[in-house]
Amino acid sequence: MFSELDAFLSILTFTPAIGAVIIAVFRFASRPEDQGLIDKNSRVVALGATLVTLLFAGLMLLEFDPAVSGFQFVHEVVWLEQIGMGYRMGVDGISVLFVVLTAFLMPICILASGAIEKRVADYMIAFLLLETLILGVFTALDLVVFYVFFEGGLIPMFLIIGVWGGQNRVYAAFKFFLYTLLGSVLMLVAMIYMFLQAGTTDITVLLDTAFTPQAQTWLWLAFFASFAVKMPMWPVHTWLPDAHVQAPTAGSVILAGVLLKMGGYGFLRFSLPMFPDASAYFAPMVFVLSLIAIIYTSLVAFRQTDIKKLIAYSSVAHMGFVTLGLFSMNMLGVQGAIFQMISHGFISSALFLCVGVIYDRMHTREIAFYGGVVHKMPVYAAIFGLFAMANVGLPGTSGFIGEIMTMIGGYQVAWWVGAGAAVGIILSAVYMLTVYRDVVFGEITNPKLNTLTDLNRTEWIIFVPLIIMTLLLGVSSTLVTDITAASVEALISNYDAALAAPAQ
Amino acid sequence: MTADMLSHDLSLLTPELMLAGGAMALLMLGVFLKGAGTPRLVHLLTIGLLVAAGFAALFLTGDDGQAFGGAFVLDALAKYSKVAITLAAAVALLLALPYLESEKLSKIEFPVLVALAVTGMVMMVSANDLISMYMAVELQSLALYVLAAFNRDSLRASEAGLKYFVLGALSSGLLLYGASLVYGFSGSTGFNEIAIAVAGEPSIGLIFGLVFVICGLAFKVSAAPFHMWTPDVYEGAPTPVTALFASAPKMAAIVLLARVLLEPFGGMIDQWRDVIWIIAVLSMGVGAFGALTQQNFKRLMAYSSIGNIGYALVAIAAASQTGIWALLVFMSLYMISVVGTFGAMLSMRTREGMVEQISDLAGLAQTNPGLGWSLTALMFSIGGLPFFVGFFGKFFVVFSAVQSDLLILAVLAVLFSVVSAAYYLRIIKVMWFDAPEVNFVQPAMSIYWVTRVAGWSTLLLLPALGWMVYRAFSVGLDVL
Repeated sequence: MFSELDAFLSILTFTPAIGAVIIAVFRFASRPEDQGLIDKNSRVVALGATLVTLLFAGLMLLEFDPAVSGFQFVHEVVWLEQIGMGYRMGVDGISVLFVVLTAFLMPICILASGAIEKRVADYMIAFLLLETLILGVFTALDLVVFYVFFEGGLIPMFLIIGVWGGQNRVYAAFKFFLYTLLGSVLMLVAMIYMFLQAGTTDITVLLDTAFTPQAQTWLWLAFFASFAVKMPMWPVHTWLPDAHVQAPTAGSVILAGVLLKMGGYGFLRFSLPMFPDASAYFAPMVFVLSLIAIIYTSLVAFRQTDIKKLIAYSSVAHMGFVTLGLFSMNMLGVQGAIFQMISHGFISSALFLCVGVIYDRMHTREIAFYGGVVHKMPVYAAIFGLFAMANVGLPGTSGFIGEIMTMIGGYQVAWWVGAGAAVGIILSAVYMLTVYRDVVFGEITNPKLNTLTDLNRTEWIIFVPLIIMTLLLGVSSTLVTDITAASVEALISNYDAALAAPAQ
Repeated sequence: MTADMLSHDLSLLTPELMLAGGAMALLMLGVFLKGAGTPRLVHLLTIGLLVAAGFAALFLTGDDGQAFGGAFVLDALAKYSKVAITLAAAVALLLALPYLESEKLSKIEFPVLVALAVTGMVMMVSANDLISMYMAVELQSLALYVLAAFNRDSLRASEAGLKYFVLGALSSGLLLYGASLVYGFSGSTGFNEIAIAVAGEPSIGLIFGLVFVICGLAFKVSAAPFHMWTPDVYEGAPTPVTALFASAPKMAAIVLLARVLLEPFGGMIDQWRDVIWIIAVLSMGVGAFGALTQQNFKRLMAYSSIGNIGYALVAIAAASQTGIWALLVFMSLYMISVVGTFGAMLSMRTREGMVEQISDLAGLAQTNPGLGWSLTALMFSIGGLPFFVGFFGKFFVVFSAVQSDLLILAVLAVLFSVVSAAYYLRIIKVMWFDAPEVNFVQPAMSIYWVTRVAGWSTLLLLPALGWMVYRAFSVGLDVL
């Protein structure tokens, strides 16, 4: 029934923005002395808007037909018709789950923002706008619309890190912004070139447009500059630890949970289907970079003294599995990469929330400060343990499925790819178990820790859905793979067909 | 010349005649009307005159055509620019009134000089002859020299006026010298005739002449390496005058440059494209790197305008229909943002008086959210970040460059936009991340609304962009 509503995806995408506008109107219409009230109510409005978005996303998932490989819920509005640009929206099996993931994590982020006390209304506006911009990235079916959402997301994130972040927030915010902007602008030039070649910015048309191998090389590199930074891949990952450490907890959650997935999504939507020759040509380079990311950043993670930084590096390593799976271009690898992104969205979010729990109580993230937390917070210790294990890739959790699928996918390409990934899994166990032991076990040596209290009700509400999803996907991976199968199959068959065709 | 032809010719000049006659009449009115309210009355009447001239340019001039033996041309490009120029100048005057009154500068000469300068600008975009071009440029410049030094008791304003005059006179000399070379080697001053003369292999004298003409006009648009005067003049001149400098004259000069290069010298594109290419890259570079360390908001906007003119030059280098409409859309959006930004600058008034350091904006998003948010949107828009219309201005410019196979120029343009994003972000950082320091007093209604409307328009214009492109698109078709 909703699929008949043309603008359904646009409504879904802009629902959070409407919430933001409501908060903004009240924020500006009220007297300064009422700010306290506005702040309080803005939390409610923000939660309501994100829950409505989640509801819409759920309805969309119910209506979504996984047997169809093409785009669904397509919506088109004439905008700049003289030059062939338009406002086009639609989802397929690849993007639909990212929409749901975003909608799922956002209410959690709003709930996890209880520690934010200053300028709450502005904070909520920024978060709601961020959600709209992220949803737009995954639903856009037009190059320019995609780019606008892709870049636009930098602005609220810049403000979130810069206004509500930690000590070194200004540096981190600038680094985040300029790094990702620099990556993206080259993509813009490439997009314009594609636009001129194809005469339209419609992604559905561009997917069927064949570019010459030489053009593909340059276009691929330009898109790679953007997505590799966003992903982030070694060696352009250095903005991520800074951004994560300085961002408020909810900012880290959304950064790790969703923003990093834009890079992987970009590879799936643009690089692989549109530039198959170049993708095949550059695949070995991507494998090497992915393996360096997996092994090197795992080792870096091991030496961190700040828990958040450790998890940030672990994210880089796990994104290495994603790029590895994507460029293996076989069913297992690509499906596994998508699965890994979804699963990482839950696990890394949960880990950042775990850090947030103790940070809110102790206001430090130094590993050395803690030790013996289990004696004061047994429930917390259990939950942290679960997610630490999921991050390592313990069978029964979603982390295992994603890693094993991408690893086998990589192995089918070359043995050393699979072997390198396996080393990464071992290393992830090393740093994760170490940090878990140092924080949770042992005797309490720091007297300040005696004041710790276990999870409160809000924190329970935050963690329960994440626990459910991690375990559910861990035992029933078809929940994800069934939805993505048709689209991924079409992607791979088109890719193989393009490679088999003689070069022009 | 028969009466019929004369009336036809004059009908094409309706807005110019209105402005010239109106400026004289207002001057007389100001001289003979005694009373404290006269400057204000003349000021408001001038705003009305400018708006009326804009409407006249849009509706009353009738069909396109040439007048006075081809010395004056009216086409879609000229019409579009005239509307934009008159409206931008009207808004600048609107911003100026409360400032002049509070700074005790309110004199009848101010609006009259603006009207005269605008007369020159609307002539510039219609110039179709080297002589009419030079006259229009000089009329505009002379009025602006005086305006720069309008606060004559201020040392900085006098310095700005003098600097602007000396360098402006130098550039006029270059322009005139180039024009004389072009005349000498082509045998005519009319653009139509020059276009015929440059077809085929152009002589070295013509190339020399063209380069001097480009240099002269590059001074007027403040493109690097002829940008030296810009920061000092922007900083020294009274803020509303700077608002004017940054908007209407830039539009007039860049449109004139586009017309000179594409119409009479369209056949010499191989010769001038490299020159424009280099000037464009230098301007974008100087604009991006020069602004990074500025502490004064007006100086920063000066470098920002140098950088943005660089983007406009990229569109001219494209030398295509797309380039023309990209130029017009870009400049229109830029003018809206820049007028709004100067409105915000005029709102920076504490109890002690005007302030203009960037650090004075500290915590503005908290202390004055309305102004803070508007300025944030304006900065993002000028910086060319998506979801603000400014992005599409730059997007179309880069688009036109790629279309004309100027790939390196396009890549440099986007890379410089990243560098320039850094200083727009710095202003946003000061407003959002820093702790509040000073409180501004409530600005006058006109300043308040210009800033807010410009701020909102950075987002609200998005749906209207299609229409805007459509209008500009037809201009592009018309010129080439």
